[in-house]
Amino acid sequence: MAKHKTPEINSSSTADIAFLLLCYFLMTTTMDQDSGLSRRLPPIPDENQKVEDQKVNRRNIIIVKINSADRLFAGNEVLDVSLLKDKIKLFLTNPLNDPNLPEKEAKEIGSLGMIPVSKGVISLQNDRGTSYEAYIAVQNELVKAVNELRDEFSKAHFGKTYINLDEDEQKMVRDAVPQQISEAEPKDVSKK
Amino acid sequence: MAKFGKNSSKEMPAISTSSLPDIVFMLLFFFMVTTSMRETENKVTIRLPQASEVVKLERKDLASYINIGSPIAPLQAQFGTDARIQLNDSFKTTKDIRDFVAAERDAMSEADKSFMTVVIRCDQQVHMGIVSDVKQELRRCSALKIMYCANKTAK
Repeated sequence: MAKHKTPEINSSSTADIAFLLLCYFLMTTTMDQDSGLSRRLPPIPDENQKVEDQKVNRRNIIIVKINSADRLFAGNEVLDVSLLKDKIKLFLTNPLNDPNLPEKEAKEIGSLGMIPVSKGVISLQNDRGTSYEAYIAVQNELVKAVNELRDEFSKAHFGKTYINLDEDEQKMVRDAVPQQISEAEPKDVSKK
Repeated sequence: MAKFGKNSSKEMPAISTSSLPDIVFMLLFFFMVTTSMRETENKVTIRLPQASEVVKLERKDLASYINIGSPIAPLQAQFGTDARIQLNDSFKTTKDIRDFVAAERDAMSEADKSFMTVVIRCDQQVHMGIVSDVKQELRRCSALKIMYCANKTAK
């Protein structure tokens, strides 16, 4: 039996080693988070499916077009991007029940009872020559319009902004103010 | 005063550094967990467009990236300045997206497959033609959840 004690390992350098590793991870880390606009693409239509049942009433659609010169047309009139949001909000709310603006359908929304929900659909069309920047700017305005409507709805019914609601309430608001943006099949807008 | 005088004659006890490795290790673990290595090298220049209504990408592990832009300066002699699609580490065409999506899907667990998000990182000068082609191809692969990458507008 050896009487010697095993010598203790000198641990004073663990700090140095850990510092070295720490510096390495500090250098390589990327904390930036990707952000962007989330979208759901429509599935490829089935060939057997009847085309008729996809038809939406004419008054329920607003067509937003961007041509190759990044000019914007909304509902057949030339518009500046900054004015698009208000037009979309007017289109989706239809406060005066204009027969040319989308109809509303009363739906049972959670605990809120029957709420008139707009059936409006925004159809976004772009040219192959449209710049991505203009496209995102328009997408952003569309989302902003819907977000503002949701905020107004939440304030009216819950007294809080949409972001401060809990998950169930947010779902109710989403049902009441749906985000219906359809990205149409690509086509040449410039060719008439 | 006598009391203090007596004390000051003694040597100051050294601060114990034995817990220093623990502290540093704690920091180390924090960075190890939060770090995400850049897996691919950018071969295209991307200046993201600005948008005010951006939302954060929730699950980074479910995202696949498609980069679109003109090749970086050293590669322009070889590939020209036209917008190209970069998947993983190389330039690809729209035809390769199908394989790319399939490969990305296979790498995910069964439960996560339906939540796969394709993040389109696209330069702001790129024309929509190429983006439309990518979108059509993604629809064909039924990778329908997409995200247009954009920076938040500075307020």
